[in-house]
Amino acid sequence: MTSHAATNDPLFPRSSAGSLIAAALLIGNTVLMLYPIVIMVFSAFKTTAEIFDAPFSLPDFTYVENFARIWGETSLPGYFVNSVVITGTSILLTLILGTMGAYGLARYSFPGNSAIFMFFLAGLMLPLKLAVIPLFLQMRDFGLLDTRLGLILIYTAMGLPSTIFIMTGFLRTLPVELEEAARIDGASEPRIMFSIMLPLSIPPMVIAAIQNAVPTWNDFFFPLVFIQTDARKTLPQGLSVFMGEYTTNWGMLFAGLTIAALPLTLVYILMSRQFIRGMTAGAVK
Amino acid sequence: MQTDYKNRERRRRAAWIAFLILPPLAMMLTFVVWPLLSALSSAFYRWDGMARGDFIGLKNFADVLVGDHFAALTWRAFRHNLFVFFALFVVQNSVGFLLAWFIYREPFGFRFHRVAIFMPVILSTVLVGFLWKLFLDPNFGLINQFLDMAGLGHLRQPWLGQETTALPALVLANAWHWVGFPALVYLAGMQRIPREILEAAKLDGCNGWQMLTRVVWPLVTPSTTITLTLLFIGAFNWFELPYIMAGLDGSPYGSTDVLGLYFYRTAFGNQSAGLQDFGHGNALAVLMFLFIAVVATVITQYLRRREIAL
Repeated sequence: MTSHAATNDPLFPRSSAGSLIAAALLIGNTVLMLYPIVIMVFSAFKTTAEIFDAPFSLPDFTYVENFARIWGETSLPGYFVNSVVITGTSILLTLILGTMGAYGLARYSFPGNSAIFMFFLAGLMLPLKLAVIPLFLQMRDFGLLDTRLGLILIYTAMGLPSTIFIMTGFLRTLPVELEEAARIDGASEPRIMFSIMLPLSIPPMVIAAIQNAVPTWNDFFFPLVFIQTDARKTLPQGLSVFMGEYTTNWGMLFAGLTIAALPLTLVYILMSRQFIRGMTAGAVK
Repeated sequence: MQTDYKNRERRRRAAWIAFLILPPLAMMLTFVVWPLLSALSSAFYRWDGMARGDFIGLKNFADVLVGDHFAALTWRAFRHNLFVFFALFVVQNSVGFLLAWFIYREPFGFRFHRVAIFMPVILSTVLVGFLWKLFLDPNFGLINQFLDMAGLGHLRQPWLGQETTALPALVLANAWHWVGFPALVYLAGMQRIPREILEAAKLDGCNGWQMLTRVVWPLVTPSTTITLTLLFIGAFNWFELPYIMAGLDGSPYGSTDVLGLYFYRTAFGNQSAGLQDFGHGNALAVLMFLFIAVVATVITQYLRRREIAL
């Protein structure tokens, strides 16, 4: 990741005034980044009265009524399951279809290859939100309005350009000798793909999966337009319903936000390097 | 026999390639390309709710740009988007650039700061919006409580409730959410600069600030190209954060109304006026799309020419 990780870099010695100012400003910024999240978690373990009276105080984490009520009486657990199903299925489909397309484009030359590649690349920049009206009519005609399958298909298609971009870039770097040796041994094309090339392609698949999973998991716009039935709502969409129902119960609100933030935050803490690479892939050479 | 075998092999190979390429291609054509193209074509028709009527040429476009009912709102929203873009350029991208430089210098704890600054980026806009809405609450919000504690109680404001502060407050919440993205894109750009260049600059007597502004800044132009283009697209597609924090009407009094909200209201209606108007909605979408595409292309081309090959 870094090029000059020596403990005391002659260019920017750690004891220099500049480095001390940089360190101080970074600490200030990190407090600004993390403190709101910390307060959110703290407040989830308080009653509304406590939040109003002592917003900055440290709770003793024994008051879990907010979480118990969310589990017992709200639809948040159901929204959570919907988000897992929708995000999981669409990422799986995007990876399968995107890797197929990328493999065809990266490993075979045929007429139209570069045109098709450019076509997928153009999809990287298209804001599909602006096509939501025709998409709405199309979903209605397909009978997919207000279904999880409709969302899955939209997210799968939206994820294809970046997946194909990442996977093609990687698959092109694999040496031809690999497949030629297998071909001489009589391996079929699918066999070469599945037993030789794809096992080497797991790391870029993780990057592509993260790049699409985070915006899909977090998306609010398409569920807002397409899903009406409460039992089919996703977590961000359901969160907005929940926030509207409990407006005055701040303990519940902060607990709901904490639950919504928890899964991605935990995975991020465990895999921050892959997350950062995945989410900046394409923006960073 | 030999040619038969070769032909069969060639057909098998072609079938295999088609099997790989056609399914993803079909998905893209069905769910991305076709909707975008029909957004374009259907903007030329009169719409009665969800039913398409007669071909009316450019009337929908003229209505939203200069027509009585629409134009004032269109241009007000457009001005708000412009403000959001320029404000975010300062508080999000420029601050991100500075923070990237601090991390690049690798002071004590820089690895931790790098992970921390990106943490809000992974959270959903809905979550960030509600979180800051609670913090900015006029009575019990964290911000006003903090001002009280610091003895600055006279600075308490209904941040989201008055026209002068609502849009800036939304901009700051957005910057909190996203500043890690430009920061880490810039950091990656800085790490591509050969060390010798910075060492030479230091030998020539550059101080830290000069090195940052005269050496590093021009050399990370590729990062500026990408972050500025993405910021522009994001600022003119802005929807979720104002929807959550200020509502579909851009309260108070439309002071946070942006094109994304206006487009959504026009297309799908809102609580107060539940009328669907797909014709004018599509016209707005097409105009936004063209504007974003043209300006993003100009920004990219202009900055590409200023990029220095390393």
